Amino acid sequence: MAEREGIENMKIIKRLSKCIREYKKDSILTPVLIVFEVLLECILPLFTSSLINTIEDFAGGAGESSTGIIHGIQTFMYGLSDGDTLNCIIIHGILLLIIAFLSLFCGAMAGKTVASASAGFAKNLRKDVYYNVQTFSFANIDKFSAPGLVTRLTTDITNVQNAYMMFIRVGVRAPLMLVISLVMSFQISKSIALISLGLMFIMAVGCVFIFVKVIPIFNKVFKKYDKMNESVQENVKAMRVVKAYVREEYEKEKFAKSSGEIRNDFTRAEKIIAFANPLMMGMMYMVMLTVIFLGSLIIMDVTHPLGDKIQIGEITSLLTYSMQSLASLMMLSMILVMCTMAVESSRRLYEVLEEKSTLASPENAVKHVDDGSVVFDNVSFKYSDKAEKFALEGINLSIKSGETIGIIGGTGAAKTSLVQLIPRLYDVTEGRVLVGGRDVREYDLVVLRDSVSMVLQKNLLFSGTIKENLRWGNKDATDEELVHAATLACADGFIRSFPDGYDTYIEQGGTNVSGGQRQRLCIARALLKNPKIIILDDSTSAVDTRTDAEIRKSFKEEIPHITKFIIAQRIASVMDADKIIVMDGGRISDIGTHEELMERSRIYREVYDSQIKEEE
Amino acid sequence: MDAATKKSGKTAANNHIKRPVINMKDAAHAFGRIMKELFEANGKRLIVVAVCLVVAAIATSGASIYIINMVGTLFDSGKVRDEILKSLITGVIVMAFIYLLGIIAQFLRSRIMAVVTQKFLDETRKKMFNGMQNLPVKYFDTHTHGDIMSHYTNDIDAIREMVSQSLPNIFNSFIMLVTIFIIMLTYSLWLAMIVMGFSVIMLFVTKNVGGRSAKYFIRQQKSTARAEGFMEETMHGQKVIKVFNHEEEIKKEFDKVNEELYNDSKTAHTYANMLMPILGNVGNIMYVLLAFVGSMIIVYEGINVGLSGVSRTAAEIIPVVVGFLTMGRQFSVQIGQASQQLNAVVMALAGAQRVFELMDEKPEEDNGYVTLVHAKYNENGELCETEERTGLWAWKHPHRAEGTITYVPLRGDIEMREVDFGYVPEKIVLHDVSLHAKPGEKYAFVGATGAGKTTITNLLNRFYDIADGKIRYDGININKIKKSDLRKSLGMVLQDTNLFTGTIMENIRYGRLDATDEQVYEAAKIANAHDFITRLPQGYDTMLTNDGSNLSQGQRQLLAIARAAVADAPVMIMDEATSSIDTRTELLVQEGTDRLMKGRTVFVIAHRLSTVRNSDTIMVLENGRVIERGSHDELLALKGTYYALYTGAVELE
Repeated sequence: MAEREGIENMKIIKRLSKCIREYKKDSILTPVLIVFEVLLECILPLFTSSLINTIEDFAGGAGESSTGIIHGIQTFMYGLSDGDTLNCIIIHGILLLIIAFLSLFCGAMAGKTVASASAGFAKNLRKDVYYNVQTFSFANIDKFSAPGLVTRLTTDITNVQNAYMMFIRVGVRAPLMLVISLVMSFQISKSIALISLGLMFIMAVGCVFIFVKVIPIFNKVFKKYDKMNESVQENVKAMRVVKAYVREEYEKEKFAKSSGEIRNDFTRAEKIIAFANPLMMGMMYMVMLTVIFLGSLIIMDVTHPLGDKIQIGEITSLLTYSMQSLASLMMLSMILVMCTMAVESSRRLYEVLEEKSTLASPENAVKHVDDGSVVFDNVSFKYSDKAEKFALEGINLSIKSGETIGIIGGTGAAKTSLVQLIPRLYDVTEGRVLVGGRDVREYDLVVLRDSVSMVLQKNLLFSGTIKENLRWGNKDATDEELVHAATLACADGFIRSFPDGYDTYIEQGGTNVSGGQRQRLCIARALLKNPKIIILDDSTSAVDTRTDAEIRKSFKEEIPHITKFIIAQRIASVMDADKIIVMDGGRISDIGTHEELMERSRIYREVYDSQIKEEE
Repeated sequence: MDAATKKSGKTAANNHIKRPVINMKDAAHAFGRIMKELFEANGKRLIVVAVCLVVAAIATSGASIYIINMVGTLFDSGKVRDEILKSLITGVIVMAFIYLLGIIAQFLRSRIMAVVTQKFLDETRKKMFNGMQNLPVKYFDTHTHGDIMSHYTNDIDAIREMVSQSLPNIFNSFIMLVTIFIIMLTYSLWLAMIVMGFSVIMLFVTKNVGGRSAKYFIRQQKSTARAEGFMEETMHGQKVIKVFNHEEEIKKEFDKVNEELYNDSKTAHTYANMLMPILGNVGNIMYVLLAFVGSMIIVYEGINVGLSGVSRTAAEIIPVVVGFLTMGRQFSVQIGQASQQLNAVVMALAGAQRVFELMDEKPEEDNGYVTLVHAKYNENGELCETEERTGLWAWKHPHRAEGTITYVPLRGDIEMREVDFGYVPEKIVLHDVSLHAKPGEKYAFVGATGAGKTTITNLLNRFYDIADGKIRYDGININKIKKSDLRKSLGMVLQDTNLFTGTIMENIRYGRLDATDEQVYEAAKIANAHDFITRLPQGYDTMLTNDGSNLSQGQRQLLAIARAAVADAPVMIMDEATSSIDTRTELLVQEGTDRLMKGRTVFVIAHRLSTVRNSDTIMVLENGRVIERGSHDELLALKGTYYALYTGAVELE
């Protein structure tokens, strides 16, 4: 199980790392710069110690000369300055400053490259995800849902970006620092380094123990926390319901309960974490005591464990190195936590990246749709393989090019499911759908969808001017063509009544035009494609009956060659269609003209009665 | 529905664009308030925390004194070896003891802070939520859901970060810095001056690099908000994009947005990332300078002056230099740590301001004193109050002047007289509207969007209060009726259907918390929802999530009607309650509700005229004025606007 997860994780990392691309340079440069920075930072204490030893020697120190690396440096520096102490000190100072400035330069540069690398990685990742979503079929979109995709494109990518930044920066810095500091410590004094190492090991084990205990609690609480916020959002959205039913107190109690629960869980987790801090501090203190006490003993020649010989200068280095290695260890555990947080996000991104569209144009796709005829040949359809029930069953239909087809039926009758198969928004489960005499699966998808224009039930405009929105139908459309399409959809009149006319800006979601106007704009947009088939899925429900009739009239007169599918609740919208399909529970209950259906379809008659009866 | 998604869809970050730069005075005020609230609830605990912080800080910085003494001891040529050894051991024991205290202090501090932070956050959340429940509907109409939500997420998270992390860290750093500096002054004025000088440089770097980083973070926040808005819009419109083969165009637009986000994110992080290495290495330079200057003092046999006295010999000065190296490092680490918290504090204070703003929002006022009670007639045929549900309600009307109580039977007689109203004073949306719905009447409002139909219901249940005119409920001025009781007397099915996460059973029961299962079934039958519910695999136990997104719009409306039915209120208001239900089902629902509401007053708003046809009175509104009124037949006979609407000559909406 764990192994399989490991393989899975490797796959995820492999796929995500493909997004580094042009930021490979920065992604590599960053660790390199950081390696230099760390090296410089680690050399620094050696030179300082050498400096201090020089002074100590000058002042006539207590113990023997040290052996090892620092002594080596000191000897070398003496050589450089012809044995003159003052010169030696000055050279030390200059070298130290150079090291510090170089380290500053490397650090700052790394800060820059890592920012570019991680932001660039995130950019490419976002792009890959977004581009892949563009290839998605309706079924793919349904699977992830719009909010799910938005979360992936925002929160998840941010998480991964931060983890990546941490990884190439601190992920290099911390282990390297840890190793070098330890090696240096061993160089200076084996006995002290050994003891420090032992203490660090205890700390690391302690930290891991604490994290292992705490991370699951945190994961659980964060989930609860999200749930609480979701329920607040629900409350805010439903405030009128809350107030109408006078449920304020009830809601307060509900909230206090979940907020209190979260408080308890968080407190519990944080109380465990509270052990980490003193543990680290304790270890740090013990390392310091060891360094100073044992160091002093060695300096005083009381003992030379493992043959260690040091001077006071070495003590300062040892202190610095042990602090550095402790800090690195803490950093490492922090990265660990951050990476575990990003794992879930990466997995979610990977899902989208690896998702293959359930629909694709075939090879040698047909590039032309001959006419607007539609045939359903024994079609059955369900939304997913797992679904038990078919949404559509045993559909047989034959529609000639240019006919007007009305579709009527209650909620859940599968009217929308039926028409979505024509532009191949979904694939049939059984049987086949023919457009222009060919199976829709033979066509190039773009060609098919350009020929089959559909106005979705959830009509949606995008932020931008009316012109821009209409040009979705045909980006090269001339102004005359726009006006023509708008006139056909009975939209020209109200568009012109706006002060800015066709340049009127539509807000996100099209909220600054009325429902009826929005529907007519959507129809105009669909007409601009100059399709062979147009499908209106409940697209005139908010349009008044007279305008509705006018649209139908202009459809009949101006675009007689186009096959028209009209789904409607309103019986008047379909009454004069060439054929009316009555849908019920995923099956075609009846097909016929108005007169025929009035005679033989009970459902049709009931719908008719519920709307028209008293009018006559 | 669209309006609702739009409201919540606007991402939280938008809120933050509006006031990116925070005003120092407001920030100070917010800070003061957080501290005050923290101390009021946790005064004793916080004092313990402060003591712990001081102890821990002194313990940590005390190490420097120890090192100086230790090295000093080693150099003390006047002492014999055994003495040195002895003082070494005493030193270690003393230090071990001090460190132990430090560790205990650390531990206590972390434990207590966990409790304090979570308590504070819990209380803040509750205060905010409770305050929010008491706000008038107007608040929710004038603020986007995204904005309100960001108080619970972004703002609270920012505050948590500050209270649990930044504040203790900054306080800790501050104490450390002060302690270390005092120790420094004690041992060497010269070297302390160097440290002082470098502190100034570090502050300068923090202000510049850190300030720039903050600036670009705000810019990044803006482009993030823009990008999120774009994602939000295009992901929700993905199906439209597919249908129009618009993928390539949208990719181009996306690239632009993405590039912009990349640039801002890169710049912001560049400065943030540079701050630490710069500060760290400035610290290193200081380290070098300390060592160098220290050496110079020794070599040139300079005089070291400290508050503890004057030292001249190398044996005296070397320990000081060694000690300073450790202290200098600690010093720069602390400054670095404190500066890292700066961004968090700035963000948290901005968040706190917004949270406080919400808390300080004026709650819904209610001066009503007439209450709704269950009633029955006693032996004498007088109306009196009773505990149990009798199906009979009465208004309990205390008369303060006389000190008497009268009971008025609830009949559902609602009268509006010459009501003017505007959501904002400048724009009146209802002009001189009068109506009289008699008990048992079905009263319908018809008119275009914005004609004022829903506004009238907003006034009846006092979501909003009228500017001029009078509304009487069973002869009582509704301003005298307690709002909660007024609303309990009105069963509302609102225009936007909202369901809650929970089972269908729980959702229907929301209308009446003590309803039995049987009563819930009954209500569902009335709403014609029972059928589809029982056909669901889990029936009444089906979980609804995400506002019932697993149901169709029509099914959701049926549930909302069932919820109102179980409330069994004496007056019902149905605002576009059946708009998404097909006309056949609607007829069945109507039969059910008509049966339920027999003899009770019902207000109906519908866009579909077939819905209102069988009303007793239909009132046609246009631009906030009543233009026609009468029964269906009367209005048709009038051949006016209603007639035109009905025959499809004009457009509604």
